[in-house]
Amino acid sequence: MRASDLLHPRPEGLYCPPGDFFIDPVRPVNRALITHGHSDHARSGHRSVLATRQTLDIMGLRYGEGFAETMQAATLGETMALNGVSVTFHPAGHVLGSAQIAVEHQGLRIVASGDYKRQKDATCEPFQPVRCDVFITEATFGLPVFRHPPDTEEIARLLKSAAQFPERSHLVGAYALGKAQRVMRLLRDAGYDRPIYIHGALAKLSEYYQGQGIDLGQLDPATVDSGGKDDFAGAIVIGPPSAFADRWARRFPDPISCFASGWMRIRQRAKQGGVELPLIISDHADWDELTATIKETGAEEIWVTHGREEALVRWCELEGIAARPLHLVGYEDEGD
Amino acid sequence: MNRFAELLDRLVLTPSRNGKLTLLIDYFRSVEDPDRGLALAAITGDLSIAAVKPAMLRALVVERMDPVLFGYSYDYVGDLAETVSLVWPQMPGHIPNREPTLGEVVAKLQAASRSDGPKVLARLLDSAGISARFAIIKLVTGGLRIGVSARLAKQALADFGKVDVAEIEELWHGLTPPYAGLFAWLEGKADKPQRTAAALFRPVMLSNPIGDGDLEKLDPADYAAEWKWDGIRVQAVCEDGVRRLYSRTGDDVSGAFPDLADAMHFSAALDGELLVGEPSATGTFSDLQQRLNRKTVTPKMQQQYPAFMRCYDALQIDGEDLRTLPFRERRLRLEAFVGTLDPSRFDLSPLVAFEDWPALERLRQAPPHPIIEGVMLKRWDSPYLAGRPKGPWFKWKRDPHTVDAVLMYAQRGHGKRSSFYSDYTFGVWSGPEGAEELVPVGKAYFGFTDEELKQIDKYVRDNTVERFGPVRSVRADRTNGLVLEVAFEGLNRSTRHKSGVAMRFPRISRLRWDKPAAEADRIETLQALLDA
Repeated sequence: MRASDLLHPRPEGLYCPPGDFFIDPVRPVNRALITHGHSDHARSGHRSVLATRQTLDIMGLRYGEGFAETMQAATLGETMALNGVSVTFHPAGHVLGSAQIAVEHQGLRIVASGDYKRQKDATCEPFQPVRCDVFITEATFGLPVFRHPPDTEEIARLLKSAAQFPERSHLVGAYALGKAQRVMRLLRDAGYDRPIYIHGALAKLSEYYQGQGIDLGQLDPATVDSGGKDDFAGAIVIGPPSAFADRWARRFPDPISCFASGWMRIRQRAKQGGVELPLIISDHADWDELTATIKETGAEEIWVTHGREEALVRWCELEGIAARPLHLVGYEDEGD
Repeated sequence: MNRFAELLDRLVLTPSRNGKLTLLIDYFRSVEDPDRGLALAAITGDLSIAAVKPAMLRALVVERMDPVLFGYSYDYVGDLAETVSLVWPQMPGHIPNREPTLGEVVAKLQAASRSDGPKVLARLLDSAGISARFAIIKLVTGGLRIGVSARLAKQALADFGKVDVAEIEELWHGLTPPYAGLFAWLEGKADKPQRTAAALFRPVMLSNPIGDGDLEKLDPADYAAEWKWDGIRVQAVCEDGVRRLYSRTGDDVSGAFPDLADAMHFSAALDGELLVGEPSATGTFSDLQQRLNRKTVTPKMQQQYPAFMRCYDALQIDGEDLRTLPFRERRLRLEAFVGTLDPSRFDLSPLVAFEDWPALERLRQAPPHPIIEGVMLKRWDSPYLAGRPKGPWFKWKRDPHTVDAVLMYAQRGHGKRSSFYSDYTFGVWSGPEGAEELVPVGKAYFGFTDEELKQIDKYVRDNTVERFGPVRSVRADRTNGLVLEVAFEGLNRSTRHKSGVAMRFPRISRLRWDKPAAEADRIETLQALLDA
């Protein structure tokens, strides 16, 4: 059987004809397998959804309990049969609940990575390389310029700046699922024990993380009721990046805008966004992690999706590995 | 090296002056000699390192990686120094035990000969991490471009040592990197460095603007009046055969004006205005512009736009310090002295005779030359004092020009203004009747009150038509649009702007909520000012 007979792109998303299911479909389908809870991968409106328990919970928090007719929890490492096709979820290290999905049929194994990273992250299970014939890799940061530094160094820079400017508040832009909680956890691991102020959009998910045994310390709402402007002097405030352009941000004294994202590696990106303190903290694999992972899977063929496909395809060519871009639509490459 | 790299990264993204000062002061406090002094020299442009050409840098990197991958990377990042710092391949398994210090990097770069320069650079890049590589490349390609002037760096030194910035400026040209003696003094560990070099800068005396009601309190008989020339304030110092031309903040600008510097054959320190043309036929501001911001200047340029100095004060003549003398006495000495100088390069700023303030007001409104921007008042009995003392010197500027323009784009500010759209690009009408369109003529981010800022911010948010990152395009057509009265000091011709004009010192003077957008000014109004 050819690999493209087992999985191929359709307008709805990546489709498996023998198993009759889609992986991370962008349009409502009958049966969806979801790698993780980010909204461009986990959409509402499917009839049945198969995902890890935590991804299902997160979808429930975002879309309401009845976001699909039937929901089935996948246990990491356990193989299930769907219409004779074997399906196994393996941890992807991207955010809480994230998984790669291995699809196996008639001796051919394809692993769809979803989004993944290799850097250590205390808020989710670490990525496990899975041997396979075809590896479908994301390429959000698929250029040799993307090299993420250790996240502890980035947090140390944030804490240094907070000490340098004790009269100002630091507003850290971070995506509501995953990045925000990782930043909180990194602050705690660095010994920061003051309350962290959070934007309302982060409350439910952060509470869920805490309920899953991930200690984020004291999180207080960054509301005006919790104090006057001066009470936020020296504070670290975390919110979705969009909130900082908003009038919401006026409650903070002379804020320093920070943004936790892999994109912050590029100075011009930080400059254009008005970011004063870029924190290069990413939930996606950087160039070195992408290339190392491709080798570890032992795959003979690589399909490259959402991101800068051409550079990774070029690298595979130089390494003598067959590779091609897989054009899937509907995934935002800004989601970090 | 990493601390220097981090400093550069922070400075380039920190827009506020106070923020930059804090970062610099912290750096001077936490970093030891000689690194902090070398960093200072790099920022002020006083560090000499043989430059590496971009093509050489590119060649070094494509020897080490696939050119196609490098091409993709450079296309994406857009900046060569940054791209190379990111993609530079670290040798497999090679993690340096210790990154080089700034002192070590500078020493190696300075010791490198022309032929082994690239090899030395490559070895340094091998031994450094990403941020340090970026800083190293910035050092060798010249021009840090981090938005910190030499003046700001000196202010940070002054704040660090709790001394007046004038003291730093006065010492500066006698000092060399890495400035260990200067830092020791600022930290209270040593005496102030002695002024030993010749032809050092003397801190200049500055004036205060005449405010409402100030004149009534002043007696016209106490003051001399002069035209206020809109050139570049310079200080010409010759001592023991050393000739230097300084800007008002103590930067040595001799190199940009060799024609004037070469004509300085005297022993004195003179204060005055650098202008272009000849004393008998002073050029306009656009002529002067031809000579501004140039590192080197061609003979043709010097011939077409010769620089001369219009002198108005003498700080020292033939070894005698005149600064404690009253202005009346200094002026007499100056008049006698300027008479002995090359008349094509030096002349005297004439005094303007007047009876009373209304008479001076009439003169101020109708100055005899377009490059005059008002009048100066100087107390006859005042000594020459560094800084901006209140009372002895006043500037009474010509009233600004104003134009009614339409708000076109608004950009978010920083710090306290980070959630406000506070930087405004405005335009005036151009094109034939019935097909008018707005052409941007300037940008302003002050002149309004906090309350007005809130109102404009709301207007911007309610009338956004497009967004590009931190910039919003605002609805502006013949029937909709916010008219801003913009005040400015003058206009220059500009080839960089579509409108062909560039405003000097524009600011918002009034919000014209009452005025329909179609009635804002036309570009011809501004063009008429240019031709005047």
